[in-house]
This record gives sequence, structure tokens and C-alpha cells, in this order.
Amino acid sequence: MSVSFRIDCLQFLSPSGELNETAGAIARDANLLEGFYRAMMRARIFDGKAIALQRTGKLGTFASALGQEAVGVGVASAMLPRDVLVPSYRDHAAQLLRGMTMVENLLYWGGDERGSDFAVPRADFPICIPVGTQVAHAVGAAYAFLLRKEDRVAVCFVGDGGTGNGAFYEALNMAGVWKTPVVIVINNNRWAISTPRERECAAETLAQKAIGAGVEGVQVDGNDVIAVYQVVRQAIEKARDGGGPTLIEALTFRLGDHTTADDATRYRDPQVVQQEWAREPIGRLRTYLAAKGFWTKDREDALLKQCAAEVEQAVAAYLATPAQQNDSMFDHLYAALPFAMQSQLEEARRFAPGDGPREAVRAVSSPGGGDG
Amino acid sequence: MAELTLVEAVNLALAHEMTRDRDVLLLGEDIGVNGGVFRATNGLIARFGRERVVDTPLAEGAIAGVAIGMAAMGLKPVAEIQFSGFIYPCIDQMINHASRLRHRTRGRLTCPMVLRSPCGAGIHAPEHHSESPEAMFAHMPGLRVVAPSSPARAYGLLLAAIRDPDPVVFLEPTRLYRLFRQEVLDDGEALPLDACFVSREGRDATVVAWGAMLHEVMTAAELLEQEGIEIEVIDAATLKPLDFETILRSVEKTGRCVIVHEAPRTCGLGAEIAAQIGERALYSLLAPVKRVTGYDVVVPLSRLEMQYMPSVARIADAVRKVVEG
Repeated sequence: MSVSFRIDCLQFLSPSGELNETAGAIARDANLLEGFYRAMMRARIFDGKAIALQRTGKLGTFASALGQEAVGVGVASAMLPRDVLVPSYRDHAAQLLRGMTMVENLLYWGGDERGSDFAVPRADFPICIPVGTQVAHAVGAAYAFLLRKEDRVAVCFVGDGGTGNGAFYEALNMAGVWKTPVVIVINNNRWAISTPRERECAAETLAQKAIGAGVEGVQVDGNDVIAVYQVVRQAIEKARDGGGPTLIEALTFRLGDHTTADDATRYRDPQVVQQEWAREPIGRLRTYLAAKGFWTKDREDALLKQCAAEVEQAVAAYLATPAQQNDSMFDHLYAALPFAMQSQLEEARRFAPGDGPREAVRAVSSPGGGDG
Repeated sequence: MAELTLVEAVNLALAHEMTRDRDVLLLGEDIGVNGGVFRATNGLIARFGRERVVDTPLAEGAIAGVAIGMAAMGLKPVAEIQFSGFIYPCIDQMINHASRLRHRTRGRLTCPMVLRSPCGAGIHAPEHHSESPEAMFAHMPGLRVVAPSSPARAYGLLLAAIRDPDPVVFLEPTRLYRLFRQEVLDDGEALPLDACFVSREGRDATVVAWGAMLHEVMTAAELLEQEGIEIEVIDAATLKPLDFETILRSVEKTGRCVIVHEAPRTCGLGAEIAAQIGERALYSLLAPVKRVTGYDVVVPLSRLEMQYMPSVARIADAVRKVVEG
């Protein structure tokens, strides 16, 4: 018996902004494409500001998604509000589109747990730092939808590095057996901190890991937001129709450092990074939109101004957010604080500095987490 | 009222909650048609269907992980880990996610799951089947750890664990699964999770134990009674959070304490209990606190396992020493 397989890689929009004719109706939907463009730009401007905040001591370690905006925006655009997102830690492009606020994300990276208490996507999971462990949560959530006959899909992000983790394989395997309505998106940015893709896995594609689990696996140009949207939408529709899980490998590139605590010049050639800028997702969509007459310099300027203003407003709100009470670390540990912990709570209260007005924010410096 | 073994009481509690609450579901290896290798889920797939009695692939870490995803979406999963030595892959999911999902989302998402596992030695099981991992889980903030010592307590505590809004690690002493029967009323009454049980009253020394060790202690109590020593036996049962008040009250009365557990001594729960007594009841003590525990060795294979575990003789010896001291 022989086993053969083929992994197709979908791309509609080339790095130079030329559209493949197979793109179909999506590529003619000016509103949709403009929405993609706005969301990617919004994420990138937020991203740049977050790094600047970290550099000036106003934010803790931050994981930039520079260059990977099309993955997040394409995925989140294909989801319905009632679906559930299970993110990794570099997925704010998707999370912002899901309704997580900039203030929430800044609070999180600024060291405040309230940043994971999303006001809007109430059922979305918080950022997951231990790489690969979140895939099981998405499969479990999808199982819950299946059992309750809810018309919902769980969508999960995992990094290329995360696919080397046993937790990834185990969860993918269960998804295949149970045919859960789950879409697992590998955000393949080619680097697991300092380990390049070819040192992570000998397989030609990461999408083919699906085959071992009896799951459909596809590859997509992760810097082509139209193709990402199309592939994820199809996978979500399939999941909704009872067709089970899909593993999608989105090929992108981490243009920035792993986190603000990392210095990528230690392990990769800046020239390679420079070359990758020619493939980044925002420029190619702008070229296409402009060529089609959907986008002008005036609209670009207005968008940049609007995004900058929104980010500034979010930063101001973040910096003005009163710190949590010192004893808030005892909140929400259990539904009710056990009696056995009362004396520890009292001790924390007795020795806590005054809960007076705080100076800016309690920025922290910590090593970057995760490796994917 | 029926006379049940501990494993039958577990089965009864699972069936009771699955009938009462449609959000309760079971998952684990061989728990469906096979009814679980210890038969804890025997017959449940026929009553509740394979969607709610879910046979899983062989992957303990993912069993805990998918249970977390289910729980976060409002189900009440009860996951079974087949043998105690296979629970370690779950530690990642339990410490990094289950125990802190509520905390890190400020109560937005919660994790009302139960991770059931057999635990302990004494049934001549193969290697890696005789572990006592309670202290590892008790060390994780946000978890509850429960270890029943009888069929009735297994029934009431398991109901409480399933109904609790937070994750619970439920460790069932393998040696007690079929050791004896006890009347268990299927009344749906849960036992409290934050309370020790005083299993026997006595004036001369307090002995704290849980799970299978409670029976060695009760046997030792009868032996010591013949020598004129009356021990007070506390079944700690809910190991995290632990009801230190009941233990301290008893120690203040007796002035002496022996802690018995099957797990290795160093950093075992006995250390925490002794420390609490030292901090809060030192001046009531008439003798140093003693521990009778498994040794700091790998649980031996079957030929030596009974020598590893605290025996009636070791327990009685320790009690005599604190009473004489």
C-alpha cells in the first residue's frame, strides 16, 4: 500500500499586488477588501506604538505581529461573533477585529490581568503563552458546541514552533477522531525565537501534519489576506456543516523580533529580513486597491490619521487606568476565597504599599515567554 | 439503601450527576464500552450515550486540555486518567490553564472540571501504577484536591467536586476500590469540600491521614486502644484547600500529632500540616510532630510495595513515641 498526498498552497494576490483570476467574487468586493486593509493597518499602527511604549518603560514585554497582519485579519474576518477564538500570543490583529480593545491588550502586556477580561468577545480565550497547549482548548470548546448542537466553530492559532509540541499533535488527533468543528491555523512565521523553520521540522510543509490525524490540511500564503480569508471561510463553513476540522498553514514571516526582550540580529541575517519586506501583506493589498481605483492617497492619509488617533486615545486610557488593588491577586482564584487562604489575604493587605494614585503604569521587564 | 464498594459509589455519583445535569460528561481512555479499567464508568455509555461518555485517544495531556476547553464553554467534564503514573502529562494543562483560567480572565472564563484518577499502591499493579501525586496538585494555586477514604465519602465528595465551579483533582485510592462495602444512599447529597472529617475521637494523640491510609490508621487505633491509648483520627479528605482549623482544634486537645501519608516524605502534605501546627499550635504540643510516610524512594514493584507503605506497626510505633515523649 502506498500513501501519497499533495498540499496545495493558495495565493490570489502576488507580492507585487497582482491578482490571480481564480480569486472570484471576493476580489471584486471593494468594501470587504477595504475592511481588510483598514484592519491590517490598524493592527500595524497599534503594534508599532506598543513597541514604543515598551521601549520607554510604559509597557512590559510585547510580542509584535509585524508582517503577520494578514493572517490575523483574514482569520477573524471569516469568523462570526458567536464563534470562539483561541489565540496564541502574537494574534492581536485577529483579536482586535474580534472586539478585544487596544486598552485591554495594553493592560495585558502592561502586567494587568484585567486585560484578559474582554468586554466584547466574552467567550474568546485569553492569550496562550505555553506553546501548543491551547489547541486542546479549541478542540474541547468545539466538542462542547457539537454536544450542545450550537452552530459555532472554534478557531485556534498556533505557531510553527508550536506544531513541534506533543500537545499540538494530541489535540489535532482528537479533533480528527471526533470531527469537532474546529479550524486550527498555523501562523508559520518561520522562526521559533531563534530556531528557523527548517530546524523545527523535516517535513516539507507543516500542513501535512494533518494527514497523520486524518484531517484535511491546506497551505495558504499568509501574507495574502484575500487567500487567508477564503481558505478560513471555507474551513469554517465545512466545520459548520459537520465536515469536521481543518488544519491551515499560513506562510508568513516575522519581520520583527520574537518579543521586545529579543534581539533577532543575534541569529538571523538582516538582509533576509529586508528581502521579506517585499512580501509583506499591507503593501501588496494597497497596490491592488490603488490599481483598481478602490484606494487613494487621501484615503490613506485619513486612515493613518484615524488609526494614530485611536491608538493615542487607547494609550491615554491605558496609562490612566487605575492600578488594581494590591490584594486583587486573591480575586478570582476560586469562585470564593477558601477560608484556608484568609490569613494570607490579611498578610498581603497588611504589608501592601498604599493603594494611592500610581505613577504611570507598573511596567515590568521580563524575559520573553514561549518559543513559537 | 445499597451496600456499595468505593468504585461502585463513584459510578453511582457519576450517574446521579449525569442524570441531574445535562452539562456533565465523562471522557477518558476505555471508559465507554469497557466501562473503565477499574469499571468506574461501567454501564454509563448505555445510559448516557457515547457523546457523553467519551472514549478518548491515548493522550493524557490532551484529555486534560480538551476538558478545559469544554469547561470554559460551560460543560462540566469529568475526565478519567487511567492510572496514577499517567497523570503527569496533565500537570502542564492543570497548572498553566485549568487552575488559573478564572484568575487570568478575572472570572470571565471558568474551569468547572474534575480530573479523576486512581492513586496509591497496594494492589500489586505494574510499574507506574502506584503513585501518590496529591502534593504536586495541592501546590498549584487555584486547584482543589480531594481524596476519599470510603464509599460514602467518595459518593458525597465526587458530587461536590462535579458541582464545584472550579477544577478539582479527585484521587481515588485504588486499594479501596473493592476493599469493603458500605451503605451508600443515592440521595444526591454532596459533602463539604473544605472540611476534614473526624473519623474517631480520642484524647491522647491526633492522627491525620487520608485515602487508603485512613484504614491503616483505624486499625492502628484499635490496637492502641488495647494498650490504653486513645487516638483521634482525622480524615483530611479535601487536601487543598485544607481545613486546618479541625486539625488544630484536635491538636490543641490532644497535644500530640502524627501525620500519615503514602506519598514520599519530602515536601509531602505532611510537611505543610506539620508546619501549620508549628506556626499556630506549637504551645499546645507536648511532643514533636511525627510523620509516618512512604520513603523518599521510587514506589517499589509489587514484592516490596507493602514495606514501602506506612503499616499499622509503623503508625502504632509513631503514636507510642509521641505519647511517651
